[in-house]
Amino acid sequence: MDYLLANGRVLDPSQNRDEVAHLVIRGGRIAEITPILPSDPSLKRIDCDGLWVAPGLVDIHVHLREPGQSYKETLQTGGAAALAGGFTTICCMPNTEPPLDSPTLVREIRQRAERETPCRVYVVAALTQGMAGEQLCDYHALKQAGAIACSDDAFPVQNAEVMRRAMLACAAYGLPVVTHCEDKSLSAGGSMHRGVVSSLLGLQGIPASSETVQIARNALLAWETGCQLHLQHLSTAVGVALVRFFKAQGVRLTCEVCPHHLLLTDSACEGYDTNAKMNPPLRTESDRRALSEGLIEGVIDCIATDHAPHAPFEKERTFPDAPFGIVGLETAFGCIGLWNHQQGTPLSPLEWIRLMSTAPAQILNLTAGTLQVGAPADVVVLDPHARWIVNPDEFRSKGRNTPFRGWELIGKVRYTFVGGECVYSAAG
Amino acid sequence: MPHLLSAHDLPLAPMLERIRQYREGTTPRQGRGTIALLFYEPSTRTRGAFEQACVMLGYHPLVLTPSISSIVKGESLADTVRTLCAQGVRAIVIRHPHAGAAHTASRFSTVPILNAGDGAHEHPTQALLDIYTLWSHRGYPNPHTRWLEGVKVAIVGDVKHSRVARSNAILLTQAGAEVWLCAPPTLLPDAPLPGVQQTHSIEQALQNAHVVMALRLQTERMESGFLPSLNAYRRDYQITEARLQVAHPDCVVMHPGPIQRGVEIEDAVADGSRSLILTQVQVGLTVRAVCLEYALEN
Repeated sequence: MDYLLANGRVLDPSQNRDEVAHLVIRGGRIAEITPILPSDPSLKRIDCDGLWVAPGLVDIHVHLREPGQSYKETLQTGGAAALAGGFTTICCMPNTEPPLDSPTLVREIRQRAERETPCRVYVVAALTQGMAGEQLCDYHALKQAGAIACSDDAFPVQNAEVMRRAMLACAAYGLPVVTHCEDKSLSAGGSMHRGVVSSLLGLQGIPASSETVQIARNALLAWETGCQLHLQHLSTAVGVALVRFFKAQGVRLTCEVCPHHLLLTDSACEGYDTNAKMNPPLRTESDRRALSEGLIEGVIDCIATDHAPHAPFEKERTFPDAPFGIVGLETAFGCIGLWNHQQGTPLSPLEWIRLMSTAPAQILNLTAGTLQVGAPADVVVLDPHARWIVNPDEFRSKGRNTPFRGWELIGKVRYTFVGGECVYSAAG
Repeated sequence: MPHLLSAHDLPLAPMLERIRQYREGTTPRQGRGTIALLFYEPSTRTRGAFEQACVMLGYHPLVLTPSISSIVKGESLADTVRTLCAQGVRAIVIRHPHAGAAHTASRFSTVPILNAGDGAHEHPTQALLDIYTLWSHRGYPNPHTRWLEGVKVAIVGDVKHSRVARSNAILLTQAGAEVWLCAPPTLLPDAPLPGVQQTHSIEQALQNAHVVMALRLQTERMESGFLPSLNAYRRDYQITEARLQVAHPDCVVMHPGPIQRGVEIEDAVADGSRSLILTQVQVGLTVRAVCLEYALEN
């Protein structure tokens, strides 16, 4: 079916476009964006008065849990959650069982995703074999199999020389290295940010330095090797300062921030709510403020969710025993809307969409995040002012593990199109 | 549900008065039913006192430890609590190595949860016992006033990992005491706790102190690299008669037990005239009875 998205505010950061217009989808592609209402009766018309029409959102940090952990999430449920959250392109992380460290597994997940979800799924492959931090993967073969980057995510390479060699090799094959920065010797045993709250709760802490030490190390190694480095989920004020410094030196460095680190602090752990347990942990108010400023200033390049679904029985455990991570796909847009509102709307609509679509696509060189005529019609229709209450029982994700249950968020996804097909509609 | 998870949950003054009544011969009203004592960690004092307290109040104590329950088969804390509730227990007393375990249990419980020690978080009934010991030692001043105003209490030892220190800091400051936490630098809390002083200097902590509480030092702290050696700890932090010369002349010494003689405290002090250690043990039963009664009555 061909569509006419009539009279919406068309926002396309890739063309710096922000105007009220009509967007036509034909044959699965963006056919035209025009100020004159087309009169073609074959088009299915969707009135977008007061709504935004934007390129589909892009999340470069998602855990889909396949293979091996389908009790937490599947390609199908994770894909459906993405589409409901306005994401048309997502990148899945390799910390599965077994880890995505071979071309066969990378191919298998890509092929299965094409069959099992309309959402576009790209694979971030492991950086070392078995994510054990010792032996390099076959980056050449992984790239040929379709991996778009390499990362050991939550099992970051501890040995600096292994990391240096991995970066050297990835640079040669044009694969960005994506890193979760955590020095495990500093964070071992910790389950929340080390500070006043952890001291009161008697919980072992994860110090800010466990992140910043590795940010500095990885940035220095990227500088030396010329590798393209992307830092995941910044959580500390000093981390933002380090990124600012290394960018000023010309290091090929980008970074992301998660909505929860912009909205919450370690005080959310009071009462031992395991839905406030994630890695990196929620930090202090001054960290939260620095991340907000970093995002507004442009030191932070994009927003990613680190969508990490877990089964309810896993999050029922005691705080030290419960796994790290929260779901984020279905709340991300509304969280950023709430954050932007709290901050006094520092983000223009165009900048907001850029941070959640065009910028992450560009970081990992994905063909997404644009409304260029002729491009696949991955489009999202958003109501930026809609206020809604988070009810995890309505999530498409298998995960219910969100700290935002009962929160009023601002901004709701109305329709999601992938390749011109309407794959999600808030109406049902 | 009147869970007793933290020292903050204790109504201090009425509980002190109730403990005193029972200590002076008033017989508590008798209840009926079973109270589960869910002990994931070994315990002599606390478990024994709770068990006797159940009997004193007419309840049957159902003691569950990992080795004799389905915990060993991998049953989760949540499911164990759900099962006990379904079996109709009246309350659950829980001791667990993880901070926050009592909070976790309370989320799945339909009956009151009493925290008998959760990791490095809190041990509220121990703190109540300690402060009752001080209250009786000081001649039962009006508990509705800040009756520890002007009293300096030094808590010395592995404060970082101590649930006793955290609960005591809460109750002692409520009663107006000036609380000092003293430990080697690596065993102080990562961030200063609100309302209390923190120092690694034992001289500063003991200076003019009216009360000194010694904490047990776990030998695993040496193995895990927090301390250079037991001797170094002894030399710098052991509570000795010589060290107590700078304290207030009437200074009393306490210890939650179990004591490691010759490590955190020297024999002469533990067994000397300043020591309230045996009094602490003596009031343990009554304190637990009053806590159970409070949770079950409200």
